[in-house]
Amino acid sequence: MRRFILIAAVAALFVSPMSPAALASSDAEHPKEVEWHHSGPFGTFDRAAVQRGLQVYREVCSSCHGLKYIAFRNLLEIGLSEDQVKTIAAEYTVMDGPNDDGEMFEREGKLFDYMPAPFANEKEARASNNGSMPPDLSLMVKARKGGENYLYSLLTGYMEEPDGVTMAEGMAYNAYFHGHQIAMTPPIDDETVEYADGTKNSKEQIAHDVVSFLAWTAEPTLEARKRLGVKVILYLIVLTLVLYGVKRKVWAKLH
Amino acid sequence: MSGHSSFQSNNAIVKWIEYRLPIFSFVNEALVVYPTPKNLNYWWNMGSLAGVMLVVQIITGVVLGMHYTPHTDLAFASTEHIMRDVNYGWLLRYMHANGGSMFFAVVYIHIFRGMYYGSYKAPRELLWWLGIIIFILMMATAFMGYVLPWGQMSFWGATVITNLFSAVPILGETIVTWLWGGFSVDQPTLNRFFSLHYLLPFVIFAVVFLHLWALHVHKSNNPLGIDIKGPQDTIPFHPYYTVKDLYGMGIFGIIFAWLLFFAPNLLGEPDNYIPANPLVTPRHIVPEWYFLPFYAILRAVPDKLFGVIAMFASLLILFVLPWLDTSKVRSARFRPVYKMLFWAFLIDCLVLGYIGGQPAEGIFVVVGRLGTALYFLFFLSLPFIGWFERPRKLPESIAKAVLESQGGSDGGSSGGGGGAPDGAAAKAEDRG
Amino acid sequence: MTDSTGGDGHDPSRRDFLYVAAGGLGAVGAAGFVWPLVNQMNPSRDVLALSSIEVDLSGIEVGQSITVSWRGKPVFIRRRTEKEIADARAVPMDVLPDPEGDEARVQKAEWLIMVGVCTHLGCVPLGQQGEYNGWFCPCHGSHYDTSGRIRKGPAPLNLVVPKYVYLDDNSVKIG
Repeated sequence: MRRFILIAAVAALFVSPMSPAALASSDAEHPKEVEWHHSGPFGTFDRAAVQRGLQVYREVCSSCHGLKYIAFRNLLEIGLSEDQVKTIAAEYTVMDGPNDDGEMFEREGKLFDYMPAPFANEKEARASNNGSMPPDLSLMVKARKGGENYLYSLLTGYMEEPDGVTMAEGMAYNAYFHGHQIAMTPPIDDETVEYADGTKNSKEQIAHDVVSFLAWTAEPTLEARKRLGVKVILYLIVLTLVLYGVKRKVWAKLH
Repeated sequence: MSGHSSFQSNNAIVKWIEYRLPIFSFVNEALVVYPTPKNLNYWWNMGSLAGVMLVVQIITGVVLGMHYTPHTDLAFASTEHIMRDVNYGWLLRYMHANGGSMFFAVVYIHIFRGMYYGSYKAPRELLWWLGIIIFILMMATAFMGYVLPWGQMSFWGATVITNLFSAVPILGETIVTWLWGGFSVDQPTLNRFFSLHYLLPFVIFAVVFLHLWALHVHKSNNPLGIDIKGPQDTIPFHPYYTVKDLYGMGIFGIIFAWLLFFAPNLLGEPDNYIPANPLVTPRHIVPEWYFLPFYAILRAVPDKLFGVIAMFASLLILFVLPWLDTSKVRSARFRPVYKMLFWAFLIDCLVLGYIGGQPAEGIFVVVGRLGTALYFLFFLSLPFIGWFERPRKLPESIAKAVLESQGGSDGGSSGGGGGAPDGAAAKAEDRG
Repeated sequence: MTDSTGGDGHDPSRRDFLYVAAGGLGAVGAAGFVWPLVNQMNPSRDVLALSSIEVDLSGIEVGQSITVSWRGKPVFIRRRTEKEIADARAVPMDVLPDPEGDEARVQKAEWLIMVGVCTHLGCVPLGQQGEYNGWFCPCHGSHYDTSGRIRKGPAPLNLVVPKYVYLDDNSVKIG
């Protein structure tokens, strides 16, 4: 067994230098360490939090940020009923067509439609946002170093700029953003949304909920992955033990 | 590989086929009765593991190719389609992406094992060459595969690496334009990379075949580095090494599965989940971990052309290793000076790997240059070491060495006398 | 890996058990690995989500047909004339290769809705043609009647009627 520990150690040595310290040259603060229901080998999404996060996204984020890889049908996976999802979908208008007269027309959203983008194109998005482009949020948790912790820190990391810092027009100061000057003004505060389930709507809670939701949008298959992973690893451990036994038996014959 | 045959069968169908296509005796020769040194340790598991990983990569790759679209507008979206909608698509993609890393990890250990035990020396120089060719093909394949998801790192990695060729005097720009099929990395580049990424693994497969062919001519090297002197030195490949390889695959599979299921993005870059944007470069461009030592060497030289030359040289110098090393003794176990140098070289490669992942500034630049110098110094010192080094006395034969080590460590075996070769192997790895 | 315990090379039952266990586990693992490779070729979730369409019938006159696309295949929607309905219903069962009453193929006699794919080898038949004034497949000469039933030629079965429901008088949901 010892030699495999050795092998593993060498493999680890190979692997360790590859997680490069991208933040080494950045002046941003290191993200806060936050607990997430979906982390760890047995982690699952906190359905209630994800649903509240959906509400936050719809009431706050969606005016500027798209969620283009999420279809309404996907919302069935976070514990909403088909009727609830149909109701949500119907609150959106979707461009369809052309119809028999050759014209595009608007209709209510349906299960198979994807979340409509807030802006028709990048130019319109920039024009409406002081020249900045609000990125799509579908993959945001996987697309930033630090993942959930970073997004949570960013959402709760707005503050008054320190003395001597000159802010550019329309920018806000954020301790966790690279360069500190972010075009997104503080999106959430205490009581920004009203939760139907009575959860306290503090700024931290709202941020935590919406990040839980975005963790789900970034990887809806996370639970399936971890479930299968536990099974596969248990299987491989048993198989390896048996193979070890067979190996000893076979080599014992050698004489 | 299969001149005379010890293969016998009474099955009429087997005989019918064998008479027309001697595939059974071929497999028998190559994988069953194939005489293998008794004393191989677990470092010799890497070859078969690499073979398995190649097959895993080809299978998952072909399957991913059924859902992927090599178009700049659709590549990123089709990758997400695989992750979200295709049945088990997430599994297949993560297996392929992390499989590449596992493949490289295994191959690196395989290469270092060859260097430690002198497996590149006569008469195995061609075997070694074929291995390096496989390694280079793997690098090309991995690089082009990384471009396919068309994220930010894909795009800028492709831009930076193809621009290496612009260092070529006079023809540089022409070559780069030719590689791109345009004036920047764009649709033609993506499309040809997809095509080549699909093709190259099959080329690798063919070279692996040659690699095995060459291997089977002079048989495996072994931890003692001495030749096989007779049947008492060997055991049949099956069942001894088939089962040992399978056991190793089990351990390997657990590590792979852990990575795949619980940390699938550990080795990836977050930036690659941002769609490619030709107008914005990510703040910190890093290649995949397995390229980092070479990337460090590239950056260590403060001149474009010579940096590129140094990087390619660091790879190509492996080809002349069998002639740089003038010692007649293969295994580092009997070469006190070479052994020290080997470990220094291994550490140097790891340091270079670390430097390659850091920004090119301050102390990292200094260490990178030092590491690069040491890298080449290792190779260039080999001829002299072979000259003045006094190797330790070699054992007479593999069989004898195995028996001796058994006497020491395994005197208590009773009855069937189990586990003796294990004891030998364990002994061998004390230094491995 | 010293050989302190259980180095009993002469216990056949334990050895056999180990071999069988290893073989069995290996087979299970192989099957487990193959299943995702097979299943990935089944329709993905976004494809399944698009498996129904709604069609507006209001613009179709008697005697007209439209063709809509459903799951990548053409669906014929024909507003049949009185004569076509009468023709279809007059056919005795025993002349039909694939006996099926016209009443069983439509929910409202006026509207014939069926998948426009020849049951022979998958070509799209032409409308209001052939010896029975229904559909005619140009690929290999199959003739269908005004109920879309096979009458002559190599096709074995009638044109398939998909699942559909009328949402109201003027619209139907297919799938």
